[in-house]
Amino acid sequence: MIMKKIGRIDFTILSPEMIRKMSGIEIQNPETYDKDGFPMEGGLMDPHLGVINPGIKCKTCGQTMKNCSGHFGHLELERPVIHSEFGRRLEIVMACTCKECNRLLINDNEIAKLEEQTKGKIKDFSKEIMTKSKLIKKCPHCNAEVGKVLLDKPTNFYYNKERIYPTQIREWVEKVPENDLKLLGYEISRVRPEFFVLTVLQVPPVTIRPTITLEAGMKSEDDLSHKLVDVMRINMRLKDNIEAGAPQLIIEDLWDLLQYHVTTYFDNNTAGVPPAKHRSGRPLKTIIQRLKGKKGRFRYNLTGKRVNHAARSIVVPDSFIDISELGIPQEAAKELTVPEFVTEWNLTAAKKQIKTSDKPVYVIRPNGSRKKVSIENRDEVSEELDVGYRIERNLQDGDIVLFNRQPSLHRMSMMAHKARIMPGKVFRINPIVCHPYNADFDGDEMNCHVPQTEEGKVEAEKLMLVRDQIISPRFGAPVIAPQEDGVTAMFALTMPQTVFDKTEAMQMLFDLGINELPKPDKGKKYSGKLIFSQLLPKDLNMEFESFTGSVLKKIGVDHEIAQKVVIENGILKQGIIDAAALSSGRGKLVDKLARDYPPMELEIFYHKLNRVMPLLTAKGMTVSLSEYDTSAEIKKHKEKLIEETIEKANALVKSYETGKMDIIPGKTLEESFETYMVRLAFEAKSKIEKEVTKEKLDYVLGEELVLNTISMILAKSRGGTVNLMNIAGFWGQASVREGRPKKGFTQRLVTSNLRNDVGLMAGGFITHGFIEGLTSKEYFYHSMGARQGDVDTGVATKVSGYLYRRLANALKDLVASPDGTVRTASNALIQYQYGEDGVFPKNTQHGKSIDVVEEYKNLKLKKQI
Amino acid sequence: MPGDNLVEERHYLVPEHVLIPKENAKELMKELGIEIASLPRISKSDPAVKQLKAESGDVVKIIRDSITAGQTTYYRLVIK
Repeated sequence: MIMKKIGRIDFTILSPEMIRKMSGIEIQNPETYDKDGFPMEGGLMDPHLGVINPGIKCKTCGQTMKNCSGHFGHLELERPVIHSEFGRRLEIVMACTCKECNRLLINDNEIAKLEEQTKGKIKDFSKEIMTKSKLIKKCPHCNAEVGKVLLDKPTNFYYNKERIYPTQIREWVEKVPENDLKLLGYEISRVRPEFFVLTVLQVPPVTIRPTITLEAGMKSEDDLSHKLVDVMRINMRLKDNIEAGAPQLIIEDLWDLLQYHVTTYFDNNTAGVPPAKHRSGRPLKTIIQRLKGKKGRFRYNLTGKRVNHAARSIVVPDSFIDISELGIPQEAAKELTVPEFVTEWNLTAAKKQIKTSDKPVYVIRPNGSRKKVSIENRDEVSEELDVGYRIERNLQDGDIVLFNRQPSLHRMSMMAHKARIMPGKVFRINPIVCHPYNADFDGDEMNCHVPQTEEGKVEAEKLMLVRDQIISPRFGAPVIAPQEDGVTAMFALTMPQTVFDKTEAMQMLFDLGINELPKPDKGKKYSGKLIFSQLLPKDLNMEFESFTGSVLKKIGVDHEIAQKVVIENGILKQGIIDAAALSSGRGKLVDKLARDYPPMELEIFYHKLNRVMPLLTAKGMTVSLSEYDTSAEIKKHKEKLIEETIEKANALVKSYETGKMDIIPGKTLEESFETYMVRLAFEAKSKIEKEVTKEKLDYVLGEELVLNTISMILAKSRGGTVNLMNIAGFWGQASVREGRPKKGFTQRLVTSNLRNDVGLMAGGFITHGFIEGLTSKEYFYHSMGARQGDVDTGVATKVSGYLYRRLANALKDLVASPDGTVRTASNALIQYQYGEDGVFPKNTQHGKSIDVVEEYKNLKLKKQI
Repeated sequence: MPGDNLVEERHYLVPEHVLIPKENAKELMKELGIEIASLPRISKSDPAVKQLKAESGDVVKIIRDSITAGQTTYYRLVIK
């Protein structure tokens, strides 16, 4: 392949001569089509401008629609008009030069000085010259009075408050000598300022403004054509009036109208110019509108292109398919096709496929010709089929497809799945893969793409398959792990209360694909731990602290389930499986399975996990109000504690007001006081929080396991003790911007408070929980904090989204090349070693190349055995 | 130029810059397998380079603190 590098791109304005030279035809007729529907000769749809109908040959180049990309035409403007996008440039040239002699308004010495500075290159000194020329009253070259040039944007020029017309402007800038223009940054060979005053207008080829024929045979013109018709009409009228010797006033009016049409032809959103409207009142989409913005040519058509072989639908969870699978609706599978080579091994299968297809598929013969297969000819085509043919068959089970959810913020936003054709109209994914896609099932839609080449298929399978993406390349920890119900189910399964009789155990083991019944370990019954052990590989050994254990230890409860999790030879000896084992990011068990075993092992684990999850449905997990009711003891204690806290706060307020309070180093008196108050409220809350949590543990530690939100909190699958506290206990201090709410009314939060009351109760302290209900004043306080939370999430997503987009765009084509360096697409060097240490985060343990503590533990474990 | 009369002393945030002799530079480029022109650039008028009195075409070695690697060396080509 010949590789060429673009050195640079220059943008200039076309000269009038160039426009005429490029032109295929001069447009003289404002009409488009005659009454028979043929394009008018010399009209805006002249066949010299290109072809938009198949079968017709271009009058300029003689080619058909496929090969002729269209030709420009031109139209001669009766009177010159300003190019609205360059009004400012003209103003600069005019402000820097003398109207009489057209020289720069600085003296020869200064010109010589500037010329020296350029060192033979072209440099723009217009700013310097402008500041100097502003002070000059008389031209240093011809001694004429210097007038003031004023631009009434976008196109009207005034000289000494008198309107000057484009003809005069053109004459003026035309005469500015070459050397003077050089100092204004003009390279004469490429552009001269008089090009900004248009005498001839380029007419774009019809191919970029095609006529659309509606069903009823009605013809509809493109917006650009409409605008050109307007320009043409006024141009003709101007011509007629000039020839008829109409009064100057009428000519000037028409001239301004021509200027308006040309201005809006380029940009229909020019400031200070009313946008040209369609008959229906819709503003016309002219040249700049076509290119600009999100829906413009660049962002919509060039940076983002539409593709074939793709499907989009709502996603729905299905725990009974594997994480690497994707349930594809039958309807979509019938539309999506995969090309397949017919070989001697799949000839019969391919023939059968053709014979039984009810949707059109294609057959590609060895000579490249395509044959559509329909119900009528499918038998004979299937007979014809032979080795060397290719068929485009429908999607079937096991095909590799790419699956994506926007916004695609990371590598795992697009992964390869194995197709599984299923009834319905929605995509089904295993809920375990929600996390990397950041998908939920409240109506999320996702896209599916089918690779069309063997290379594509293999590449997708080897590089992008879900099971190979479990460890995040960003921080070296698993991102694909059970959440919420999955974690809760394993928590319930491994609790000591969970035992199964023979029938139940047999059913569960059968679901796992195990045909041999192990020995019961709890008398005649089977423990949940035994069932869970069946999910694990037989050579797994590990030890870690469960989340439940750490919570229980914190509140000082000693219980069987607080023990360390110990897995020996794939058997769960003790401990509870919860978020510490399974969650994404911190899940120790998932982490180990993903790292120390082939990727398939974890997929099998998840597969089995999904088979035992119905346990949660069988046991029934529910929420009841009584769960949040606290004992009279706690209620009493709570009231007492709040009373004490208020007393303490009052004392603090007193010491603050008398100025006897201790000041925290680095803070002012007020800041210290606020800190103390917040701290006071927090201490009270954490005391009650501990008590409430302890009381609620009965649900989990009791004779029979009651599955409710407390299990969720202990398993860390959803919610925390704080949420429990907010409902069953009291909310505590409402906070706005990392402190107590300050603003509301003048010197108070709510009008029922006294002014300047800095006390606890007037500062947003909430002494009730949601079960009791908040007082109206507390409700206000609470809303202040809640509002800030809502605003923060709104702002944060917006700001961080844009920030991330910019970062990703700046870094997107950096590559870690084989020699370890990081380079850009043009092979420029960015880093001498990838990440300065040459370490790929995917191969690290949570970002650490070697986790020494973990390695030591592992070695110790191995020695024991 | 503003800042010309500043005391020539290293700020603690400015990493150490070392001028590499011309003959060593060639060897270094061979070692790194990089053409000298593809090096990241640094202006001759950069305050840190000014102190070294480097000419355009020289290679400057920069020793930086790094979060991931502790310390890293970086090479930049001095340009006009």
